[in-house]
Amino acid sequence: MSIKRSLLTGAHFLNGDVACAEGAIAAGCRFFAGYPITPATEIAEHLSERMPEFGGIYIQMEDEIASMAAVIGASYAGLKSMTATSGPGFSLMQENIGLAVMTETPCVVVDIMRGGPSTGQPTLPGQQDVMQAKWGSHGDYEIIALAPCSVQEMFSLTVEAFNLSETYRVPVLLLGDEIVAHMYEKVVIPPPDKLRIVNRKKPHVPSKDYQPFMPEEDFVPPMASFGEGYRFHATGLTHDEHGYPKTQSSEVQARLVRRLCDKIRRNVDKIVRVEEIMTEDADVVVVSYGIVARSALSAVRKARAAGIKAGFLRPITLWPFPEKQVAKAAARAKVIVVPEMNCGQLVREVERVAKSTPVSFLSKLGEDPHTPTEIFEAIKRGI
Amino acid sequence: MRVEIRFAGFGGQGIIKSGIITAAAACLYAQKNAVQTQSYGPESRGGACKSEVVISEEEIDFPKVDIPDVLVVMSQHAYNEYAGNMKENGTLLLDPDMIPVEMELKNVKIFKVPATKIAEDLGRKIVANIVMLGAFVALTGVLDKDALKEAILANVPKGTEELNVKAFEKGYEYGKNLLSA
Repeated sequence: MSIKRSLLTGAHFLNGDVACAEGAIAAGCRFFAGYPITPATEIAEHLSERMPEFGGIYIQMEDEIASMAAVIGASYAGLKSMTATSGPGFSLMQENIGLAVMTETPCVVVDIMRGGPSTGQPTLPGQQDVMQAKWGSHGDYEIIALAPCSVQEMFSLTVEAFNLSETYRVPVLLLGDEIVAHMYEKVVIPPPDKLRIVNRKKPHVPSKDYQPFMPEEDFVPPMASFGEGYRFHATGLTHDEHGYPKTQSSEVQARLVRRLCDKIRRNVDKIVRVEEIMTEDADVVVVSYGIVARSALSAVRKARAAGIKAGFLRPITLWPFPEKQVAKAAARAKVIVVPEMNCGQLVREVERVAKSTPVSFLSKLGEDPHTPTEIFEAIKRGI
Repeated sequence: MRVEIRFAGFGGQGIIKSGIITAAAACLYAQKNAVQTQSYGPESRGGACKSEVVISEEEIDFPKVDIPDVLVVMSQHAYNEYAGNMKENGTLLLDPDMIPVEMELKNVKIFKVPATKIAEDLGRKIVANIVMLGAFVALTGVLDKDALKEAILANVPKGTEELNVKAFEKGYEYGKNLLSA
């Protein structure tokens, strides 16, 4: 069997899971630990073939708790690392996602959302893990979550997820859904030198002066790898800049936890990404993400053709939530429509920032996302 | 123009593969836009299964099929489920040996292609989906024959190319004969 070590480039017809796996390879990910689960299995399957071709490691763990732990360890050893799962596995990972937040571990967690709760509908789509992504682990923290709406974005946002995790030393979540994961579309992959790849900051002080949790101006501490010669202590307990536990100090607790939040909150303008189409003069703005956004955009175009001033706002970053952008669109609009494949999750954030602008929620569960006609009707009702 | 195609049958018949090949043909070998989506149960064989393709010259927003222009059915269950939901003057391809009981359908062009039987005659029942794709190209003209053939060659296991091309040609021939009959 021939070994192909080359990165995939050019035009290909791929499914979203495979595009995500190729995005990880392109971003420099060289460690995957996971436990296969529909509809994320093809990510593990594809990486089990591709990782060894690049000298990387693919390991199937006994469960998702161990997978997340292995991902943290690999990142501390210096490798870009990731795992991929779906609802039930995502629940199991929450404790160690909290450990990754506390130990400021760059890593990527892909959650391909299917219908829940519990084992729910394994082969059908959902958007039911949006709030879990933000609040799933205990304690106060900020996290980054991206929502792809196409196979192309399953590639590009996976690369972006690694870049953000390396920049902010935080786990970054890629929140896909069964449809974007399993559908096939054309993907154009740029050559490696045209792809922006970010690597974590390394210490620029001698080993004796290194404090693994001493932040720089951007609130992010440079990160040495275990075994590189730097003294390094890491713990899930509240710790000072040396990494030593300080379980009784109110001051250290406040300083650490506020910084963990601030490194995301105070860099929010650099992190947040949205797609806005025709919102400038819109009376009705449809706020929609993931696969549903495709129907939403179609509905907005339909509405414009019918003479209704409709606009489209797609949060690409679900967390941090694009407050400013949504608030701005809400201030001009008469009504906001939020279609989601759940019983009402991101709509709560929209309502929080929309202030007095009424928000109309459109819920859908099961096999198919909202059709463009369903969203178009909601736009008409709103006017 | 947006063309919506639905392939339906049961798991193991290559229904999902048919959709992938059709969409790949449109987007890699015919310079159109195409999306393939699917729906299947947790079981890998025997469960109801459908594969949908949208082809368009324009960008494709909604990736799913709402009401298909072309329906290809390879099981009784799929026929019962989907035959009643088609665009007016849409095209229906069915395998009559898999669908013993038919209903009355109005304003639909119906073509009966015994794909499973033709595949069995070629020695491998497993290529029935490819026979159907041959007939699909001949009967609908949605895609160019060569584009589809290229996509088949790129998407079937190594060593099975000859058998698959043969199956495709048989289906194509059968479709052409139906048209001239």
